[in-house]
Amino acid sequence: MPASYFDVDGTLVRTNLVHPTLYYILNQRTPFKSLLKLAKTALRAPELALAEIQDRRIFNEQLFQAYEGMSHDRLMLLADDAFDSVLKKAIYPAARELVARCKSEGHEVVIVSGALDFLMHRLADYLGADCVIANRLEIKDGFATGRLLRPVVAGPEKARLIREHASKNGHDLNECYAYSDSYSDVPMLSVVGHPAAVNPDGKLERLARTYGWPVLTLKKVS
Amino acid sequence: MSHPQVVTIDRKSAPRIAFSGDQLVEVDLPIGTRVVYPKPPLAGLKDVDAAIRYALNHPDGSPPLYAKLRPGMKVVIAIDDISMPLPPMKRPDVRERVLTIVLELLADHGVEDIEMIIATAFHRRMTADEIKRMVGDRIFDRYYPKRLYNHDAEDPKGLKEIGVTDQGEVVEINKKAAESDLLIYVNLNFVPMNGGNKSVAVGLSGYRSLQAHHNPYVLRKCWSYMDPAKSELATAFARQGKIVHEKLDVFTIETTVNNRMFDKPLEFLAKNEDDWSPAERAAAKALIFTLKKTPQAARQAIFERVPAPYEVTGVFAGATEAVHPKTIERGFEQYLTPVRGQCDILVTGIPFISPYNVNAFLNPLLVQVMAQGYIFNLYRGMPVVRKGGTMIIFHPCTDKFDQVQHASYIEFVHNLLPETRDAVELHKRYEKKFAANPAHIQAYRTGNAYHPAHPFYMWYWGEPGRQHLGRVIVVGADNEYIPKLLGYETARTFAEALEMARQTGPANPEITMLHTAPMLMADVTEG
Repeated sequence: MPASYFDVDGTLVRTNLVHPTLYYILNQRTPFKSLLKLAKTALRAPELALAEIQDRRIFNEQLFQAYEGMSHDRLMLLADDAFDSVLKKAIYPAARELVARCKSEGHEVVIVSGALDFLMHRLADYLGADCVIANRLEIKDGFATGRLLRPVVAGPEKARLIREHASKNGHDLNECYAYSDSYSDVPMLSVVGHPAAVNPDGKLERLARTYGWPVLTLKKVS
Repeated sequence: MSHPQVVTIDRKSAPRIAFSGDQLVEVDLPIGTRVVYPKPPLAGLKDVDAAIRYALNHPDGSPPLYAKLRPGMKVVIAIDDISMPLPPMKRPDVRERVLTIVLELLADHGVEDIEMIIATAFHRRMTADEIKRMVGDRIFDRYYPKRLYNHDAEDPKGLKEIGVTDQGEVVEINKKAAESDLLIYVNLNFVPMNGGNKSVAVGLSGYRSLQAHHNPYVLRKCWSYMDPAKSELATAFARQGKIVHEKLDVFTIETTVNNRMFDKPLEFLAKNEDDWSPAERAAAKALIFTLKKTPQAARQAIFERVPAPYEVTGVFAGATEAVHPKTIERGFEQYLTPVRGQCDILVTGIPFISPYNVNAFLNPLLVQVMAQGYIFNLYRGMPVVRKGGTMIIFHPCTDKFDQVQHASYIEFVHNLLPETRDAVELHKRYEKKFAANPAHIQAYRTGNAYHPAHPFYMWYWGEPGRQHLGRVIVVGADNEYIPKLLGYETARTFAEALEMARQTGPANPEITMLHTAPMLMADVTEG
């Protein structure tokens, strides 16, 4: 049985990692705390921008520092709301269609995302995906430390995690599919037999055209 | 005495001009070669709108269209897609003219629940601009996209099974059409293979129905595609069509066009080169030179932007079974040139366009379709070339594909053809899995890509030619790899190709050139 590996941000949903993070920042226990966290994050904006250019992994690690000090209970409590008000509304119209098609072909559908696992599990349930590979916050004494547990899901690491998942679950990678919108996911696309660029950025689109990968848009319904 | 459209090359004959993709080449044919030319274009109808109205009011085998209409009924109008005619015709497209009159009639009779579906089957979705060009601005602005849209053969909720043929073939068509009170089909019949039962049963169908006939077994029994009486494909369409007509009220409107493919300045391309005026000869030289010096993208743009001045030669309406023979007859009247006896070597150019690459590059798989599928099949009676004979074609066979329309073709050509060229093996081992690729299906449903089963159909399409021909030799290929994948040999020049063909043919081979485009058919009888 093949598996279909889906990146999320920009591929299945139009939002990125910043949107749910912002939701959490703005929903601290008190408005003052929210303001303080927002100010702190805003001050780090140039640093984040630089990290995004340099390395997606560093960006993820720096962005998720915004969760530092939040209780695990609160993270979970807000997760449903964050999913409903940020992610669910941003799902591309044809994303469910594509996931359903993969399921009907008997594929194991796996979400592979740099976003946080508790949000991705909700997305997986909503779309009908079978498995989630996503980033996990480190929790100590019931509070987030602002660090990510290893391995950090980003860039080439996604490719390694896919290989590992496929080998554990008996999938032949040549038979597997992968979908992403970003040039930073070329390693992940390259390890499977059937890669596809979805709503791709310019660099990925050029590469996909060169290698004859299908280029899809999920921005409109059929 | 031979037909005026069949010319025998002698010592004084000028070189012939053949298409080699989007270029033209001069070909020095040996003395004694027969060249079969298209017939001159039939005269177009003087008043097309009047002919459409007459056909709707005096249909064959059916009450007039107005008599079928009642207020509040659900009407679906299915329309042929952009794959015909080639190249697209000058505006107004005849489909626009028919639709304008039909929609007026529906409005006059209080019919408001109207949907128009472009019967694409597994062809790519037409773009908004292409639809607008085909149906005209007024209809487009009023109906697109909610009530004028492309058929989706992969919409799980959009298809409905309406029956099974006596041979167990499922007939599944567009649900809206299946549930309509009246289905009107607006057809443009470009070749005799089009129209008739193919319209609804194929154009509006899904994979389950297409599998019944779009397979190597059926296609191997077609002698030829263009002669419905001897085509297993047409027989399979008829079985499904029978179910369609039992279950639905279908009113068919078929139209034919002449073969005026080239506008005035290029009209000479359809004529015998010996009859060209000095000005035409100079124009041909200039055209060959210009095309040679123009980059490929610009050549393609030139050809894509020049619509054909086709004229409407017939409008027939009524019950499909009653209408279609008349359409076929008009098509034969335009295309058939009598040819006595088969040949050993068939020579032909491969033009830049096929039904499957409108506004796109003619990729290697489509070169194969044009050679062994379409041009080989341009006959009635018996193939122009003898069994085991050689076909010499002119084409660069460039390894280039339109990335949007033909993404699945790239995978087919580069991943599957190196494994096998055997159509049955491709069908059995690969088709089902390949055609279920979710990414390619999504690209078909929301993009403008051909369905991933389509490259298989294109390969099967070449089966009659592959089964019949001994060799195919390409002249002018810019690489060795693609011809080899397609099972072709290559020659640098026509003389070399001829020499190669002679090695496996009789001592004095009979050579025939089909001088296409424009469209023609050889009506081959025993020599």
